[in-house]
Amino acid sequence: MSELMNDPMILRQIIMDHYQYPRNHELTHDDTYYTRHMASDSCIDDIHVEAKIQNHKIEDIRFDGVACTIATASTSIMSELLMGKTIDEANHIIENYHAMIDGKDYDEDLLEEAVAFHTVGKQANRIKCATIGWKAMEEMIAESEKNGK
Amino acid sequence: MIDVEKIRKDFPMLQNKKMQGHDLIYFDNAATTFKPQCVIDAVTHYYTDLSVNAHRGDYELSYQVDSEYEGCRKAVASFIHADEKEIVFTSGASNSLNLVAYGYKKFLKKGDVVLSCEAEHASNILPWMKVCEEVGCELCYIELDEEGRLPIENFRKVMNERVKVVALAQVTNVLGYEVPMKEICAIAHEYGAIVTMDIAQSAPHMSVDVKDIDCDFASFSAHKMCGPTGIGVLYGKFELLQKMDPFMVGGGSNARFDMCGNILLKDAPYKYETGTPAIEAVIGFHAAIDYLSAIGMDNIHQYEQELHAYAIEKLSKLDNLILYNPHADGGIITFNVKDVFAQDAASYFNSQGVAVRAGQHCAKLLMDKLNTSATLRASCTFYNTKEEVDRFVEVCKNATIENCLNVFF
Repeated sequence: MSELMNDPMILRQIIMDHYQYPRNHELTHDDTYYTRHMASDSCIDDIHVEAKIQNHKIEDIRFDGVACTIATASTSIMSELLMGKTIDEANHIIENYHAMIDGKDYDEDLLEEAVAFHTVGKQANRIKCATIGWKAMEEMIAESEKNGK
Repeated sequence: MIDVEKIRKDFPMLQNKKMQGHDLIYFDNAATTFKPQCVIDAVTHYYTDLSVNAHRGDYELSYQVDSEYEGCRKAVASFIHADEKEIVFTSGASNSLNLVAYGYKKFLKKGDVVLSCEAEHASNILPWMKVCEEVGCELCYIELDEEGRLPIENFRKVMNERVKVVALAQVTNVLGYEVPMKEICAIAHEYGAIVTMDIAQSAPHMSVDVKDIDCDFASFSAHKMCGPTGIGVLYGKFELLQKMDPFMVGGGSNARFDMCGNILLKDAPYKYETGTPAIEAVIGFHAAIDYLSAIGMDNIHQYEQELHAYAIEKLSKLDNLILYNPHADGGIITFNVKDVFAQDAASYFNSQGVAVRAGQHCAKLLMDKLNTSATLRASCTFYNTKEEVDRFVEVCKNATIENCLNVFF
């Protein structure tokens, strides 16, 4: 993993691939899903994220919207990474993702393709792009836990 | 003609400033401008030499503050050819535009129409949306042509007796077209409507004569014209300012009040200036107006037009760019790099030391007209140079999606 992380070519390709062919990039509009609309005045990214969470497990994640490469690719990678995980597993991954973005110690192996964003902080204002979909997921997990499911 | 090299020496921010390891090229002047040393000195002069409150003229220092504060009002008045009692200091153009909407609300009733256009800044639309919602008026939009310009015929077509307010920017902040305000005011007045004009993007770049245009209100900010932040102006015809309500009352704006609830407000402009104002900003603004006036607004306008034409000529030769307003009247260039999302391109420009803005630039309605969710905006002013344009063009050339992503590694 470490070798891969030092090769910008490969990391760039991961981001490009998820930007051009975003995974899970269609909303279900199913009302059993949690949903979040993520948009803010300071950033152009404007996405909707859906998640089906049952028995403390993430069954499905979908998203759609208008967003930059970083927001699109980071949300696409997040959807693949967290789908099928239990809430505890997902929270652990999310925690590591934020640690990576903030330049702290983290477990590379847990993050898989999401390591492509480990230097996103070089352009400080883009950190919000790299976390917008992740934030949506965190909020939906918190909501589901509050509901006890 | 202006001497740009000499002018650049006046600005500390233009002295060997680096961004991401490159010489800074600041092309976000429509958002705010840099300040010349004389403005910075005027601000510190207040804190160093005066530092007491305004409108308390009981002692010498305070009297001096008052006279410098009022000196700026005189300077602003002559800058836009108004009378000093028609100059209200506000916190900025947004504050001024809100003040007009709030203050004029009481003259509107259900069924009246407020007329604006799709290229307006949010600060000139949202206050009227709120007023319309409250009073039951209708907010209507003048149709723009394909280029995004506002042709006078389109205005004439929708003008009628129901229209009571026309709210327009003299130069729009996304496309930089100049609107024929003088004709618009004449037509609006025939129908008994008032015209509130946003001159935030015009006053810094050309001479504006509010009496000749005959607008009823004009709003602008100091920080977009080399002045400090936190200070702006509302020009209003005196009789209108007298009739309208301030949205804040309190210390400084009342002449007398008693415990029975009687309030006697001061005359305009003072009834709108409640509380301790940004005194240092007003004094700095005066220095900015003197600075611009010494260069000459017509010289500034002419130079900016030349620089804009030079940039457009070079940029239009690049086949990876989409230019949305090659015929803009001001220094605003709205564009996109083909197949690159605006935010991604902006980060690449940043990595090359070029400050441009990505976004919807507060004119969200217009995006439906340009058919793009976001654009880049490069805005030049009189201290930018052809050499900076040349480097900007080079950066545009290299703004491929690969390079836009390489900025992260």
